[in-house]
Amino acid sequence: MAKKTTNTSKEMGWEYAPSLESTGHIDLKASYDLFIDGKWVKPSSGKYFETINPANEKVLAQVAYANEKDIDRAVKAARKAYDTVWSKMAPSERAKYIFRIARLMQERARELSVIETLDAGKSIRESRDIDVPLACNHFFYYAGWADKLDYAFPNKNVESLGVAGQIIPWNFPLLMAAWKIAPALAAGNTVVLKPAETTPLTALKLAEIIELSGLPAGVVNIVTGFGDTGAALVEHPDVNKVAFTGSTAVGKHIQRAVAGTDKKVTLELGGKSANIIFEDAPIDQAVEGIVNGIFFNQGHVCCAGSRLFVQESVAELVVRKLKHRMDSLYVGDPLDKNTDIGAINSKEQLEVIKKYIKIGVDEGAEMYQPNCEIPSKGFFCKPTLFSNVAQSNVIAQEEIFGPVLTIQTFRTVDEVIQKANNSPYGLAAGVWTDKGSRIFNLTTKLRAGVVWANTYNKFDPASPFGGYKESGFGREGGLHGLRAYVKLN
Amino acid sequence: MQGLKMVLNMIDLTTLEGKDTPGKVKQMCYKAQHLHDAYPDLPTVAAVCVYPSMVGVARKELKNTAVKIASVSTAFPSGQAPMSVKLEDTRFAVSEGADEIDMVISRGKFLSGEHSFVFDEIAAIKEACGKARLKVILETGELSTLDNVRRASDIAIHAGADFIKTSTGKIQPAATMQVTYTMLMAIRDHYDRTGIMIGMKPAGGISTSKLALHNLVMVKEVLGEHWLTNEWFRFGASSLANDVLMQILKAETGAYQSPDYFSMD
Repeated sequence: MAKKTTNTSKEMGWEYAPSLESTGHIDLKASYDLFIDGKWVKPSSGKYFETINPANEKVLAQVAYANEKDIDRAVKAARKAYDTVWSKMAPSERAKYIFRIARLMQERARELSVIETLDAGKSIRESRDIDVPLACNHFFYYAGWADKLDYAFPNKNVESLGVAGQIIPWNFPLLMAAWKIAPALAAGNTVVLKPAETTPLTALKLAEIIELSGLPAGVVNIVTGFGDTGAALVEHPDVNKVAFTGSTAVGKHIQRAVAGTDKKVTLELGGKSANIIFEDAPIDQAVEGIVNGIFFNQGHVCCAGSRLFVQESVAELVVRKLKHRMDSLYVGDPLDKNTDIGAINSKEQLEVIKKYIKIGVDEGAEMYQPNCEIPSKGFFCKPTLFSNVAQSNVIAQEEIFGPVLTIQTFRTVDEVIQKANNSPYGLAAGVWTDKGSRIFNLTTKLRAGVVWANTYNKFDPASPFGGYKESGFGREGGLHGLRAYVKLN
Repeated sequence: MQGLKMVLNMIDLTTLEGKDTPGKVKQMCYKAQHLHDAYPDLPTVAAVCVYPSMVGVARKELKNTAVKIASVSTAFPSGQAPMSVKLEDTRFAVSEGADEIDMVISRGKFLSGEHSFVFDEIAAIKEACGKARLKVILETGELSTLDNVRRASDIAIHAGADFIKTSTGKIQPAATMQVTYTMLMAIRDHYDRTGIMIGMKPAGGISTSKLALHNLVMVKEVLGEHWLTNEWFRFGASSLANDVLMQILKAETGAYQSPDYFSMD
């Protein structure tokens, strides 16, 4: 046995060679128009905006900026397709189209992954292994329901709603498009979808796939633009259903905008989810779960486990192990297969995260960041840990939407349930313990739409997802997700 | 390339067969020093690993070289022998010139909850080793759960193991990544508590360069670069070396050679 040696001369400095995913196989146009009524049409404003790669700030493509007129065109196309084709089609035929879209997406999985990584800044490992396969699976899953709606809702007469206006965020661009489009189509609705302004490309590639699939014109329309484009969609009088995923602030706007109409709404909003580690938890596994909970997708996850609660008896151990694990996270080029944490999605978001980190430091919380290098170009943020945090700290209350974790300690089960629920949000929670009875006790008492036991950020098309309180209402995924797109009589 | 050479230098080139003869061991000892003479500046392997009866032969062959001699002992691979036999087995190997002893734990005792028996046995063998370094084989394929692997690792470390080792190579599954990771975590925790480094040796089933590099990445990320030397990390393997040589030559020449261009032993 040898004593710990402080002599570092023996270190050979074994660095991994970069392992970049190639971009040669992708097909990106210099400019994208709006996909309305099965055709690519120029925006009536004539305006285009740039979408950039947040990892190097280079322009990827120009994208059409849709205004009210374009939205009206898209909604009219969706209405016509709904009235004349889609609502009349046999459900088993609808299913075939959805299956076809799923298969075409699978065939182009590599291209979709690379474009997602370029446009959103997320690591290629994640887009390749999680986002794109899950997006395909959502289409497969809901395709299966299309001709079984009577069995999904037994003893009810199932009707579709009509035209769904869907607005999706920039954190999981393709996956959110799949979450929205697949159940809507399966239930017999037509769609106008607006992707986020910083990440429109995979939705536009999906439009190309939809075009290729031969889906009848107007069933899915994809219009790009900014907040005003989304507002026009929400306010359009001929939209029957609004589905929105994004910030709580915008969600409140939408709620006001649809008040007094008979539009159906589902909102999937922000979160400040609790990840709770009990003393009997498998600590090494829990540490992986903490890392996955908050650093997955640079922390741009509405259900990110951003509030860590650790039982005091193991707090020191967990923090030590967590810091050690953070030291081996790779922050850098999202196209590198070694990368764990890619680029922050936009400059604006990076500013928000930096603002909160400053607040945390000013509030007197203890900050830890690993001593890793980050690229000089592009928008990057080191994984960040704040310990010595109280429930009353701003960084423990507000959604940061970045790789920033706060750690609070607790002593008893009741205390941690109270603390976890003491938030305007209620999207998700994680519980780590070896004891099954404790898991069930917590899952019934935690006011969160999803509670994971001994895991975190696990998604499946068959499993519903959604929030309590200011995290929104309505569920996506599974049968519950289908429910949001049908009228039952 | 750096990684591949590191792998070569961490290999315990192994033959553990009932049909081992001095002839076979001599040939392997030569290979251990001359992995592929056609390619200059390759390292040697770390050690050869043989049965106690072959240690003397290996000692003669490896005189004045840096290649160490490891010997399995304690009634390898089952460990089903009385303590006196195990101690004698160990003392014999050391007296024949073994630098390292690879012992097996009594898995039957472990699984029936007699953890202190396992602890005492390891401590006794450690004493019998004298200056030889002790590697403790947990035979993780028989322990069956990761909780057991972790417990056995902790017992071995506290009883005086210099290295902990996954498997004999006689039982499947052997050195899976999950098992190795669990054992590395045990080493990590021990180091954090005491500052004492323990070595790790996955053995059995690691026959490709890719898998070997996966293992090195685990070591680097769990334990750190201090462990990336053959003093603290070994691969127990019989066929890994030639695969690594093939990859090195492929990196050099851009083309794969047929296995016929690499000597078997």
